Amino acid sequence: MSLDKATVAKIARLARIKVPDDDLAALAGELSNILDWIEQLNEVDTRDVPPMTHVAAMKLKWRQDEVTGAAPRDDVIANAPEERDGFFTVPKVLE
Amino acid sequence: MTLIEGRTGEWECVIGLEIHAQVISKAKLFSGAPTDFGAEPNTQVSFVDAAMPGMLPVINGFCVEQAVRTGLGLEAEINLTSVFDRKNYFYPDLPQGYQISQFPLPIVGKGSITLDLEGGETRTIGIERLHLEQDAGKSLHDREPGATYIDLNRSGVALMEIVSEPDMRSAEEAGAYIRKLRSILRYLGTCDGNMEEGSLRADVNVSVRRPGEDLGTRCEIKNVNSVRFVQQAIEYEAARQIDIIEDGGVIAQETRLFDPSRGETRPMRTKEESHDYRYFPDPDLLPLELDAEWVADIKASLPELPEAKKARFMADLDLDAYDAGVLVAERETAEYFEAVAEGRDAKACANWVMGDLFAALNKAGLGINEAPVSAASLGALIDLIDDGTISRRIAKEVFETMWRTGSKDAAAIVAEKGLEQISDSGAIEAEIDKVIAANPGQVAAFKGGNEKVIGWFVGQIMKATEGKANPRTVNEILRRKLAD
Repeated sequence: MSLDKATVAKIARLARIKVPDDDLAALAGELSNILDWIEQLNEVDTRDVPPMTHVAAMKLKWRQDEVTGAAPRDDVIANAPEERDGFFTVPKVLE
Repeated sequence: MTLIEGRTGEWECVIGLEIHAQVISKAKLFSGAPTDFGAEPNTQVSFVDAAMPGMLPVINGFCVEQAVRTGLGLEAEINLTSVFDRKNYFYPDLPQGYQISQFPLPIVGKGSITLDLEGGETRTIGIERLHLEQDAGKSLHDREPGATYIDLNRSGVALMEIVSEPDMRSAEEAGAYIRKLRSILRYLGTCDGNMEEGSLRADVNVSVRRPGEDLGTRCEIKNVNSVRFVQQAIEYEAARQIDIIEDGGVIAQETRLFDPSRGETRPMRTKEESHDYRYFPDPDLLPLELDAEWVADIKASLPELPEAKKARFMADLDLDAYDAGVLVAERETAEYFEAVAEGRDAKACANWVMGDLFAALNKAGLGINEAPVSAASLGALIDLIDDGTISRRIAKEVFETMWRTGSKDAAAIVAEKGLEQISDSGAIEAEIDKVIAANPGQVAAFKGGNEKVIGWFVGQIMKATEGKANPRTVNEILRRKLAD
């Protein structure tokens, strides 16, 4: 599968990764190679093989509906670049 | 069929609703943080909810049970295997950068809801699916110019997204759908249905077409938080789309917001590419597998739902469709009514609940659970009418006294105030004689063939006895005396 530069630019933007225009062509080539490599898996007939959801044969663990507590607010917002009155604050985002 | 008259002919409006219903649970969907509403900002947040590196989600089994219960209440297929996916987008109140949701394999599949429309008509609306997902945090835009404040208390709370088929054709039907869904959720105890607090929010999909033609391009109106606003948004949006098409334009598929202060919708500024959510199975979570027996146990424990209760009220209690519909709409009302009607005449009890009780509740702005007159007290009051102790008119007074004073004992109020009905014909006869003697003109009018005067006489006697005379006895004696 071959990715073009526009697709790579779009993926980068969706992932909020800044990619200089000059790097797009090289990245498109590398990503296309990775996809080609993965696509080899399509050569295997897996019609009768159930999907593997985990490397260990285990089931999803459930928890009880019990409140085990919240983290201290100071810890929750400790890494915030900005905070006010116990809120995180960011530059205005408004629809 | 509800059609809209345009400038160039008739149009049909097609509506589908996505309802986000907050699951009633003590802890969040994937963490042990509490779900309490109205707490101080960022005090109900675990490190999982704040998306701290290395934190892993562990599913709350009760939230799963609540989703299954809701699915069963919507007569829907339960998928014994479902999968959690990551829905990727960036927004400041979504610390993970993705929402854990379900995309191709939701926990609940197709179901249906029956709507009660005006005139006793019903209509079935298809449910496409119900899936479990995390709520995001809350953004506050109005606390400071130039800044948005983020509170993550709601982050990670369990939501059920309930998606309807595009089966609704008018704002009224959309309103009826939300009210019915809310009622079912409240009966099931899976969502409190509180739209003001945001426990129930609607995304509304609207398109228009010529009757019988293929579906038109739809617009999605996001996050509408009252039935009234949903209806206003639909009316506005349908008219807007019809105007565009009739002017030769084309509808652009887009996401819009409803502005309640202007009663109109406008496009969101978000670019279309942000809708590229790049769903993929969440590698932190294995498939959600349910045991068929466990599902059957939940099914066996479902309460009687409004639809079944309404049918029973009509069949067993002989109520009409309207009364039954009103009484079952809220679980608390139905429970109150059933407690009053236990062993009593259902129609009389329905009249009391829907008449005097509802009027008093409305006036006081109270919910039925806050009524100062309990179901047992109201029942005892109705018994006093049935056994002839008091008239219905006096009963209304007693009801008002109970409401005002909080007294629980109707019989005590009747005894204390001496309100017992006078059925003793001797006493009533004496009053009648007095009134007849004092009003020869009216007597002559009656004898002259004016039947209406009888009502005036009854009124006079009721007044003289302070409403305590038994009206039937009064009527009998009065007619006999006037005929003399």
